[in-house]
Amino acid sequence: MRLVLKYDPGARPSLVVTPGTGLDSARAILRRDLDFSDRFETVILPEASGTLSGKAGAFNYDLYRKLGAAYAVELADVGGRAQVRLHDLAAGKVAAQVETVFSPATDPGFRMQVHRISDEVVRWITGTPGIAATRFAFVAGGRVYVVDNDGVNLRALTPESATSLSPTWSPDGGRIAYTRLQDGRGPIMIQPIAGGAATPVPGTNAGLNITPAFSPDGNLLAYSSSTEQGTNIQVANVAQNCCVQRLTVGRFADNLSPTFAPDGGRLAFVSTRAGPAQVYTMGADGTDAELFVPFDFGVTGSTNAPEWSPEGTMVAFHREVSGSPQVFVMDVSGRRVRQLTSSGRNEDPTWAPDGRHVAFVSDRSGRRQLWVIDIDTGRTRQLVTPGAARLPAWSRRLK
Amino acid sequence: MNARPLAFALASVVMLAACGGKQEPELPAPEPAPAPVATAPTGPNADSAAAAERERLERERREREAALAGAVGTDLKSMIHFDYDMADVRADDAANLDRKAAILAANPGVRVRISGHADERGSDEYNLALGMRRATAAKRYLENKGVEGARIEVVSFGEERPLAAGADEAAFANNRRDEFDVTAGGTNLVAPQ
Repeated sequence: MRLVLKYDPGARPSLVVTPGTGLDSARAILRRDLDFSDRFETVILPEASGTLSGKAGAFNYDLYRKLGAAYAVELADVGGRAQVRLHDLAAGKVAAQVETVFSPATDPGFRMQVHRISDEVVRWITGTPGIAATRFAFVAGGRVYVVDNDGVNLRALTPESATSLSPTWSPDGGRIAYTRLQDGRGPIMIQPIAGGAATPVPGTNAGLNITPAFSPDGNLLAYSSSTEQGTNIQVANVAQNCCVQRLTVGRFADNLSPTFAPDGGRLAFVSTRAGPAQVYTMGADGTDAELFVPFDFGVTGSTNAPEWSPEGTMVAFHREVSGSPQVFVMDVSGRRVRQLTSSGRNEDPTWAPDGRHVAFVSDRSGRRQLWVIDIDTGRTRQLVTPGAARLPAWSRRLK
Repeated sequence: MNARPLAFALASVVMLAACGGKQEPELPAPEPAPAPVATAPTGPNADSAAAAERERLERERREREAALAGAVGTDLKSMIHFDYDMADVRADDAANLDRKAAILAANPGVRVRISGHADERGSDEYNLALGMRRATAAKRYLENKGVEGARIEVVSFGEERPLAAGADEAAFANNRRDEFDVTAGGTNLVAPQ
């Protein structure tokens, strides 16, 4: 469907999800997804506002305009099909609509179907899809867990017998690569989300291998191999299960936490080559390394865990400030650094596919939990996870 | 902060200089490495064979621990500690490592595993690399004292295995450490001359 509306990214138009009969579960998910997109001021309707829906077939534009809303999203059951209509209230007409069939609400796929519709509604208005049809991976109690964006469908992906760390998503959302730490060493394993056996990544059977990251096409995996010769970044072809290439050579420096630019041409990574850990870039073949995130020598705290944004315009990382890590972003073209957090310890940022939401770990509520910040508005929310959570990774949009 | 690699290099030079006047101890060939443990046997007797193997390993582990309970074993296993975000062997740990080097010289069949650990403050992933540097620093020190490198394995647990709970300086200091485990030849330890 073509984008039909004019959207000012600096403003948050107000939006209302209209009440209706039937499809209550889907409507609740849709309402929450649109709220958590942070693109709109969502209008909360008073109780017993069912009368606002007006007569069947005739949408009551006047009433919704009086609520101050710019858009109304209507979800209706039309002969067993779910009809989603976006009303442009100022113009008094339907701006976009789609019909679909949802699985029963008890079906495991149901919620993700609604999330995809929510993301489509966001795209109708803003030109960029929402981030509801996504998942998080994170570590809790030494296991990698996967959970839907809305905290539903939590499940452990890795065995209890090893300490699993540093999960990262394949671009298609179908696989997770992670470090399996056992007796102080460990391979990087690739685990299909749908189940089945995990397979080791080439070059990781010896030593300790950490901080994996897929290339944007999903064919390569960059990671760090830590041995007594040092900690250095390698890249392996995981599509053909071969071809390990070493990208950094640091006798007295650690090089770790690689992250690909979205065009695959460069990687950002952490290195201790100048003393404290800071963020550098290099070509995908390991040449042409240079400092990436500026720092004042002897003043700026160590900087870790970089992640390149999906559009490539920003990089997120954490940096020690007065003894606590804080989450920062830097715009790649201007190399300007912006601090996003200041309360408690905040670390290990990971980008949403929309390039404006960042999830990170914070202990501001007492123990380490996952939080999400909208970097445009500063709006922040907590994701509730069982026990302490850390090392989050946000998937791309799931088809 | 640029002084860290330099300091490490200098420390190595100093160590080399310090032991340059002494005769390198003659080291007999070390015992062969233990057979791999994880090879899964197959066939009808696989389970009982695996059980017997587990029993043997457990017996060996108990014998090793009993033997290591003595003074020599205690010295061999005693930990060393590190400053925050540093991997240089501290001056106050030099005597500890010197003693280990002497024990290893007197017990040529002994193999050790050094595991590096970090406190919880730094980045989780960075701490894995830091732990590896800490384990390697102790290995290099022992090598410079004449211990053959092949007898020493290095691993890192980062901040994943804290010894001390708590988020205070004392707990942090306890957790920034190298642990030393005897992986072979730990029975009948001989005290160095």
